[in-house]
Amino acid sequence: MGGGPRLITRSVSRALYAHPHGRLGLLLGPAVLWLLVFYLIALALLFMTSLWQQDVFTADIVRNWTLDNYKKIFSGQDGLWLRVYGRTVLLATIVTLIDIALAFPLAWFMARVAAPKWRTLLFLAVVVPLWSSMLVRIFAWRTILGSNGVLNDFLISAGFLDKPSSAFLYNERAVALTWAYVWLPFMVLPIYTALEKIPDSFLEASRDLGAGVFGTFRRVILPLALPGVIAGSIFVFSLTMGDFVAPQLVGGGSQVLGGAVKDRFGVAADFPFGAALASLTLVTLMVFLMISRRTGAMENL
Amino acid sequence: MTGSRAEKLIFGGTSLLVFAFLYLPLFLIVLYAFNETNINSWPFPGFSTRWFDKLAHDEVPKDAAWLSVRIATFSTLLALALGTAMAFAFARHRFRGRDAVNFAVTLPIILPGVITGVAMASLFLFSGTDLSTRTVIIGHTTFCIVLVFNNVLARLRRLSPSLEEASRDLGASGLQTFRYVTLPSIRTALVAGALLSFALSFDEIAVTFFLAGADTTTLPLWILGAFRNTQNVPEVNAAATVILVVSLPMIALAAYLMREEGATRVVQE
Repeated sequence: MGGGPRLITRSVSRALYAHPHGRLGLLLGPAVLWLLVFYLIALALLFMTSLWQQDVFTADIVRNWTLDNYKKIFSGQDGLWLRVYGRTVLLATIVTLIDIALAFPLAWFMARVAAPKWRTLLFLAVVVPLWSSMLVRIFAWRTILGSNGVLNDFLISAGFLDKPSSAFLYNERAVALTWAYVWLPFMVLPIYTALEKIPDSFLEASRDLGAGVFGTFRRVILPLALPGVIAGSIFVFSLTMGDFVAPQLVGGGSQVLGGAVKDRFGVAADFPFGAALASLTLVTLMVFLMISRRTGAMENL
Repeated sequence: MTGSRAEKLIFGGTSLLVFAFLYLPLFLIVLYAFNETNINSWPFPGFSTRWFDKLAHDEVPKDAAWLSVRIATFSTLLALALGTAMAFAFARHRFRGRDAVNFAVTLPIILPGVITGVAMASLFLFSGTDLSTRTVIIGHTTFCIVLVFNNVLARLRRLSPSLEEASRDLGASGLQTFRYVTLPSIRTALVAGALLSFALSFDEIAVTFFLAGADTTTLPLWILGAFRNTQNVPEVNAAATVILVVSLPMIALAAYLMREEGATRVVQE
């Protein structure tokens, strides 16, 4: 039963397999088709939606082309949306810098200082947190920063505070700290990979030629570590630009882009405006990626 | 080369602090899973295992975990098929638009989940597809392809073509060569890619949030919902502790594979 069609499929696939072009098509086709249909067309549709409008009364999407959503972002509501955008970019920048500062010494220790037999274990120790729920790890910061939290208890018993302070939780600082915490492994791993590749002889040569510790760092280590730093920064910056979970769980009232987009596609249903905010995030990240791409960091992701 | 004593002291000390930063929340999660009360305040109120008992009799998180396992399994299998085929295309063929395809496959993992989520949600809305478990699997597969692709391609690049040539010269068919020569040499890369895909899909929240149907409550969605009521937090901590313990063998496997990877690297250099 079904011998005819099966025979045909088999001979077709055999013919395709025998030809280099057919084989390439078979290997590449499914993935490219998947990405095109489910991803690239979806992104294009998102951008199109941002040029449409939502009927205020019926909440239907009206497909007449307009730049109103973008006008609203750049000049509407007393600059509210520009402030949201600026705040998110600033927070993402700060979080990225914090993670570079924390990740670099750790990665250096792992790759160059610790005995090689410890490397697997150290590597594992960086990865293990990624295997437990991100949501729960974010929520744990409430137990640390809350007014009955670990930090308050520590500061009171150390004599820095008289009574518990509520200044640590539910604000932008708490969100930035939590972000720096959850994304840190994504910064450590690429920097570690970059540092591990530097041959010992480079450092010896630099020292033999009279460079001091800082000279060697600035002129040998830093340029060679830069692709790793940039690869890590792409992840951290991008993840921060779009996240809505940390602001929701440990943040105060101030809006960030991820949360604003989420709300437009949820409670404050306004898909076209949400799509415009998402497109703005997308464009910002694309610019960031294009700049990074020139440095060749994309190869290190 | 290992560093001087001063270098060890400075970087060792800093690393210790950074590790404390990384592990303090994990420690608190496990500790508060054994909370006697439902108040998450410090100092720790007292030990009990009541939240594990509650978890054991609570069907909702178990159903959610099972759904997450199924979604992660399907997404991983799809990503394995698509990503591996694509890696072979990149390793064995030259073609135009290589960089563009490479960029397109990497994009879903670089861009934040919220963008992938709302873009795909628009697509499904536009095409009249109801949101369901299936749409979540499509979303997860999209960002998992690159994980398999990167792992397998890196392995294929290091694989000497003479092995396959030898197999063909000794009379093996294309299928036999694949089964007995190629597949065994990329097996660990496949497992590594699959582990990564599974772990990422299992814990994913942003894409899932926008693509899940009304009855598609994955484990992260259950957790997010449970957080609305702080009384649920100890039970969530208990669930997170169980997941961490269950995934420890997977982490060990990942470490084993990594060491193997390291070994081959040393041999080849």
